[in-house]
Amino acid sequence: MYAQQVDTGSKGLKSLDEMSPEERHFQEKVDAEVRIEPKNWMPDGYRKTLIRQISQHAHSEIVGMLPEGNWLTRAPSLKRKLQLMAKIQDEAGHGLYLYSAMETLGADRDEEIEKLHRGEVKFSSIFTYPTLTWADMGAIGWLVDGAAIVNQVPLQRCSYGPYSRAMIRVCKEESFHQRQGYEILLTMMREGTDEQKEMVQDAINRFWWPSLMMFGPSDTNSPNSAQSMAWKIKRHSNDELRQRFLDQTVPQLEFLGCTAPDPDLKWNEETGHYDFGEIDWQEFFDVLKGHSPCGVERIQQRKKAIDEGQWVRDAAVAYAEKKQANNAA
Amino acid sequence: MADWTLFEVFVRSKHGLNHKHVGSVHAADATMALENARELYTRRSEGVSIWVVPAEQITASAGDEKEPFFDPADDKVYRHASFYKLPPEVDQM
Repeated sequence: MYAQQVDTGSKGLKSLDEMSPEERHFQEKVDAEVRIEPKNWMPDGYRKTLIRQISQHAHSEIVGMLPEGNWLTRAPSLKRKLQLMAKIQDEAGHGLYLYSAMETLGADRDEEIEKLHRGEVKFSSIFTYPTLTWADMGAIGWLVDGAAIVNQVPLQRCSYGPYSRAMIRVCKEESFHQRQGYEILLTMMREGTDEQKEMVQDAINRFWWPSLMMFGPSDTNSPNSAQSMAWKIKRHSNDELRQRFLDQTVPQLEFLGCTAPDPDLKWNEETGHYDFGEIDWQEFFDVLKGHSPCGVERIQQRKKAIDEGQWVRDAAVAYAEKKQANNAA
Repeated sequence: MADWTLFEVFVRSKHGLNHKHVGSVHAADATMALENARELYTRRSEGVSIWVVPAEQITASAGDEKEPFFDPADDKVYRHASFYKLPPEVDQM
């Protein structure tokens, strides 16, 4: 998930009887699948939870451009470079759709970005890992965007209208990302040298577990899920989505002729799903706390981009004012 | 971004269809808002025409449907074709 461990501030679910009349009316609308729109009454906790989640989601899209931008000038051909640029531009667009949705809740974009830079708001753990080889561009498109799709498809039905509509736009575009990533890996496996094939396996080894961690902590350790589900911000549990991703990904992995870095991964005839090994949750929580290979660097890069772009924004305002003055004269 | 204006964006997806609200952009002025909207909302030929309107220029009805604003429409069933019962011979009308 691009938003992990979103705090709902909830101490436990209220029943309809325990709610105020406004809150009950709100919950009944949510239960009846009526979308909540910006001007509708909503509980404070719902608003805050959504701001936290959408803000984190938006930051992840924006920070997510950095690991890929790392390979833009070193893409192996002009075609690959154009494709990667188009994908990165989409990520910027996704960030902007999401910031807009967040602003409808009364949040301020500049303020949320400053919170990210101060480390008060998180971005997805997946973007704290370095991109060491060209095969990482393939692995990210296939696994990371693949996991994002599994997460974002149910968010299209999120109870909050602007978030749901932003997700519909995002999902339409994600499929290109995943396919271009897989095609990079497939080309390397089919036409590459032994060294290039090893590169693919190495990229998968490094991104496999972090991709599974994207879905957030296991259900037994996910204290905010129940409230998010009751508000229909969230539709499926973390483990359910993780399993869905794994089930669709393993056959694609086998088709590539590669393996997963998980000796316990095997098809379970009885359940109709793949069994897999224990996730290293310590690594996940360490990354969220900021102990990660590139977490600090990513924020520094973002801050630098904003600070050094200040003159461009100032110039745009000065130009607009000058034009307006000329028109008035 | 604080001194940029928020513009709402409307896109006509095909000739002959209405412009439809798709989202918003921030920009220093309307020309820049149009360019930003093109980059953000029509990267895959989603439109043939774009409108941008400063968000603060839009007057909207109150948000909650409990508001009596739309009530006058509720008790005028005779505005609907189905209100007029006709014999089967001419019911295709």
